[in-house]
Amino acid sequence: MLLDWEYVAVFVFVGAAMVSLPFLIIALVSPRSSYPHKRETYESGVAPIGQAWSQFNVRYYLFSLMFVVFDVEIIYLYPWAVVARSLGASAFYSVLIFLAILVLGLVYAWRKGALEWT
Amino acid sequence: MPWYVELARAVVGTIIIFSAVAIVAAMLGVLLERKISAWIQSRIGPTHTGPRGLLQTVADTIKLLQKEYIVPQNADAVIFASAVVVVPLAALLDYVVLPFGTTRWGPLIFRDLNIGVLYFAATSSLIVVGILMAGWGSNNKYALLGGLRSAAQMVSYEIPIGLVLVTISMLAGSLSTVTIVHAQSRLWFIVSQPVSFVIFFIAATAEVNRAPFDLVEAESELVAGYFSEYTGMRFALFQLGEYGEMFAMAALAVTLFFGGWQGPGLPSVVWFLIKLYALVFVFMWVRWTYPRFRIDQLLRFSWKVLIPVALLNLVVTAYFVIVRG
Repeated sequence: MLLDWEYVAVFVFVGAAMVSLPFLIIALVSPRSSYPHKRETYESGVAPIGQAWSQFNVRYYLFSLMFVVFDVEIIYLYPWAVVARSLGASAFYSVLIFLAILVLGLVYAWRKGALEWT
Repeated sequence: MPWYVELARAVVGTIIIFSAVAIVAAMLGVLLERKISAWIQSRIGPTHTGPRGLLQTVADTIKLLQKEYIVPQNADAVIFASAVVVVPLAALLDYVVLPFGTTRWGPLIFRDLNIGVLYFAATSSLIVVGILMAGWGSNNKYALLGGLRSAAQMVSYEIPIGLVLVTISMLAGSLSTVTIVHAQSRLWFIVSQPVSFVIFFIAATAEVNRAPFDLVEAESELVAGYFSEYTGMRFALFQLGEYGEMFAMAALAVTLFFGGWQGPGLPSVVWFLIKLYALVFVFMWVRWTYPRFRIDQLLRFSWKVLIPVALLNLVVTAYFVIVRG
């Protein structure tokens, strides 16, 4: 009797092998030739200026930070969704408090301007 | 059943699912995309390879297999190479919990996990890791911008999807995809939850990085976005990941809102495929109809429109299901 996660593990490992299969074919049939210009980073035909690993807009980081907050809160809603019906009205009112806190966080981020791009 | 029989069945099932997705989703999907875009733009599309151009993507795959694999000298070789495996694998992991049909012995599904919907939410967001790896590992400015945009976009649109998934699992009283399909035997959830479907569909379009949310790989500004530096078969594997993810999202929409495999007359798998391709057609129709969003519009739309509406939808549904029902 295999457990659920063992099925998923089989899927991951066999799947990784299947995805890597084309590389075996590439190794056998694809041509190889190398000269310096070919291995240059593509930058619309001109020689690349500097590295791409440099500063980028801090907004990207802010949005992922907010995502972590909201996503963790949603994870708590999944177990509630399964049992909500059997718990009756009290399940509704208690989750209302939980969601109110979530909305408070959203309103705070909104007013603080964390949702603006500029 | 002894464990090695189950193991063999799991291995065979995985191989079948991977091959089926590569053929049905990636090859047929790319061909459909080209034919439909041609039709919408009053062109003919591919016609020369095979009858009516049907073998075009097969020919493309064979061509790509023969292309050279180039690693840019500035790239981080390990991250650059492993991103190619992560993206399609993450997309295909979704298919573990998707029920394709039903047989005499039970539903046709790789494994009916009791946390099915949560599992789907987890694996479908794994793809952003691969995209960030590709964007960062390439050490290319276009690729990095594409990867960062993708991260911001996918995490923003994951929250409305999560809220919709919670709403639907509350209606069905279960996270298992098979139970959710059974719960729709009398009435599809698209009828009782139209708002959820609209939110899900918009957010799913953004999750799979398709127009009007395709600024991750906006051709006119970022060349090809995060996979600008990839050549040959590696490029094709990213395509497999993208189309696999799009078909997985469409299949989840069928499962959650359109009664899954259920339908009169025809075999269950045929019904599932009809609904799946109908939704995929809508995805493509939208792509070739609407122009692209800007990044500020995109994020504002998710955080200030979709998330509040999804929250409200959840509360109203919960009120009617729990307190009134």
